Amino acid sequence: MSPISRRQFLVGGAIAGTGLVVAFYLPHHGLHPVGERVFNPNAYLHIAPDGRVTIVVARSEMGQGVRTALPMILAEELDADWSQVSIQQAGASTLFGDQTTGGSASVRTTWEPMRQAGAAAREMLVAAAAQQWNVPAAECTTEKGSVLHAASNRRANYGDLVERAAKLPVPKEPRLKDPSQYRLIGKSMPRLDTPSKTDSTAEFGIDFRMSGMKYAFLARCPTIGGKVASFDDGETRKIPGVTHVAQVGDSAIAVAADSVFSALQGRKALKVKWDDGANKDLSTAAIFDVLRNAANENAVALQTAGDVSSPKGRRLEAAYELPMLAHAPMEPGNCFAHYLGNSCEVWAPTQVPQDVRDSVASTIGLKPEDVHVNVTLLGGGFGRRLEHDYAVEAALVSKAIKAPVQVMWTREDDMRFSTYRPPSVHRVSAVLDPQGSPLAFSHRLVSPTIAGQKGQPGDGGIDPDLKDEASFLYLIPNISIEYVAPSCAVPLGWLRSVYAAQMAFASESFVDELAVAAGKDPLQYRLHLLAEDKEISFFDTKWRSDRLRRVLQLVADKSGWDKPLPVGRHRGIAAFGCFGTYAAEVVEISMQAGDPHVERVVAAVDCGQVINPNILEQQIDSAVIFGLSSALRGQITVEHGRIQQANFDSYPILRNNEVPVIEAYFVESHEAPTGIGEPPVPPLAPALCNAIYSATKKRIRKLPIQNG
Amino acid sequence: MSEFILRVNGSERKIDVPDDTPLLWVLRDTLDLTGTKYGCGAGLCGACTVHLDGAAVRSCLTAVSVAAGKAVTTIEGLSSQSGLHPLQQAWIAEDVPQCGYCQSGQIMQAAALLTKTPHPSDEEIVDAMSGNLCRCGTYHRIRRAIQHAASSRAGGQ
Repeated sequence: MSPISRRQFLVGGAIAGTGLVVAFYLPHHGLHPVGERVFNPNAYLHIAPDGRVTIVVARSEMGQGVRTALPMILAEELDADWSQVSIQQAGASTLFGDQTTGGSASVRTTWEPMRQAGAAAREMLVAAAAQQWNVPAAECTTEKGSVLHAASNRRANYGDLVERAAKLPVPKEPRLKDPSQYRLIGKSMPRLDTPSKTDSTAEFGIDFRMSGMKYAFLARCPTIGGKVASFDDGETRKIPGVTHVAQVGDSAIAVAADSVFSALQGRKALKVKWDDGANKDLSTAAIFDVLRNAANENAVALQTAGDVSSPKGRRLEAAYELPMLAHAPMEPGNCFAHYLGNSCEVWAPTQVPQDVRDSVASTIGLKPEDVHVNVTLLGGGFGRRLEHDYAVEAALVSKAIKAPVQVMWTREDDMRFSTYRPPSVHRVSAVLDPQGSPLAFSHRLVSPTIAGQKGQPGDGGIDPDLKDEASFLYLIPNISIEYVAPSCAVPLGWLRSVYAAQMAFASESFVDELAVAAGKDPLQYRLHLLAEDKEISFFDTKWRSDRLRRVLQLVADKSGWDKPLPVGRHRGIAAFGCFGTYAAEVVEISMQAGDPHVERVVAAVDCGQVINPNILEQQIDSAVIFGLSSALRGQITVEHGRIQQANFDSYPILRNNEVPVIEAYFVESHEAPTGIGEPPVPPLAPALCNAIYSATKKRIRKLPIQNG
Repeated sequence: MSEFILRVNGSERKIDVPDDTPLLWVLRDTLDLTGTKYGCGAGLCGACTVHLDGAAVRSCLTAVSVAAGKAVTTIEGLSSQSGLHPLQQAWIAEDVPQCGYCQSGQIMQAAALLTKTPHPSDEEIVDAMSGNLCRCGTYHRIRRAIQHAASSRAGGQ
């Protein structure tokens, strides 16, 4: 998994009087392929002489709880006193190695090195105590930040041992705990960031302040890919407080002011003539025409078993379509930059500090090491903050106006000038035997490539994201999962669960169609297709049919699938595996005036060892509601080359009075942990539409459900 | 530009801004009270909720001229010298926030509800809170925290 050999995981070191420092390397897996590289630590464990434990890591906190879950993993092996543990955000300025936060990867990629680092430090502290007491290390134990020697009834706090421990070699193969010894991992622990997010002291990107700073908004060409033809800033410059008007690149004009309101008023007063360019006639209809036509083009194979053209029997086919979506995090885009001639200071709510550093550096003509990126808290991410547009803008504006500046996006900017979940068309077909069991299953995904549009095409024309998001786990003798990537002029981005939500909607709705055609219960039909225990290899992941079967059984059991529903209630089921995790959901609805009303969602996941059930429950709640917003009414549309949605009235997300009862369950497991931020999203839409079919006998093959 | 005297969190602040400046930007930029958040600028999300004479208002749509002379309370002023507001305590007990960005507005909305209706029914809670969006989907825990705070008050604190 990691290009770094285990010997290189840990380096010890300490400066006299400062305690014990263990430096280690956290790989990132998923969004960006990691090549061979020289060992450069990108995470640190520091134990101070007063016993305080600080973990410095570059994983951005955007609500998913990394600032609690990651320290728990390390503190477990360290046997630290949890009340003494804190985490610090590292910036791109001081560290190297991949620092991306995304792809539900934080826990699954840091699980091993975090435990190694904690265990190594623990062994060093034990060795220090043993040396000091002149007793065998094997007789010493640890608990809550202390080393104990029972035979002589001695005890030393970690803080008192750090000076001696820092002089010892770092163990190369520290011994890890057996899961039965866990004291923290698997326990519901309160999040460390909750108090600051309750009493107003949490600082997001938008809250960064520096004396003498300006605030800026950009007027951007409303037509995708269009440019500034000319502009008149006469009225803008009359607005009190407006200090600068400057064109930024080809397609935007920045208005900077002493206050946010002046900058907003200044932008409103700006008169710009736009050159709409090549996309002035682009529409959603045209985008989907391109996709539908591309469905007949040559495809690349993602997963193949047998030969889908060989079996004879009853043939079913269908087409599914999913719209573009926006992330709409509650904190709109923003970034602070201060260009200082030879360097640039950046404060960004970002998932990708290094990409921000590199993009800013190349755009404003600095060396990457002279761009110092500080990561703030993120007011939601959902993939939007994997982009670096807002940071590049801030740096350009600061350079242009020669002042520290916070570039802000209004909600409308955020909705109209975002990157969007790609649209998709799916062609699915199956051949059934006389009992209704599938002999062949084909699924062709037609969707533009996100990475390809950003100039990072995957090997063999396969978007690298698909490796985590497009596996098909039912045991059918002939399988063909294929992919066609037509181009698309709309800027595309990674949105929570990315292609998995699209793949799951088409696959799991169609499996439901097959169950109906076979006259079988949709749960039993699925279990039948997972009856054997088999390993399914899909790129880097070894999936297991029995683990998917188990989450289906768990969700069926907890939802009471075998019991009759109250009158007027209907239900649907779906399951999917992505980011290494298995998830299944049952959605219960009632129909009210022809519209589905979601009453209850029961979710079950197998994500290996659960670190913190409290955070797991939050993530499942969050993913279900996110998936439900999208399924019911999420869509971004284009007319005349312009995005049609602007604010929460035209892009409505679920409100408090619209959320169903949500129940979250997980499979008890000591397997290595896998992702949880995204996997509960994909089953929601198909389970809901399967429930709607059960209620109405109408199959929804195009999202959103409430179209227009 | 006009001079206004604003009474914010119990202290009087003199400011000099255009009459139509939304209270939100006065709080965030002029008075450096960044706990109140910008989310939509159109009264659609509730992230900017503060109290005007105890009632919840959207500060993005409230001109500073309207707020002048009234008592403005922000998240920074919700706790008292004796400690966190019961709702803030309940928010911690129920571990509500995820990203946390909308939570100031949620708490201020809930505080106005409890002032008016100390023991709200589930339906009253949902009604009062449905103008406040949370993209992380913390709605269930928000409801639980409000019930928690209301019942701890019932216990006579």
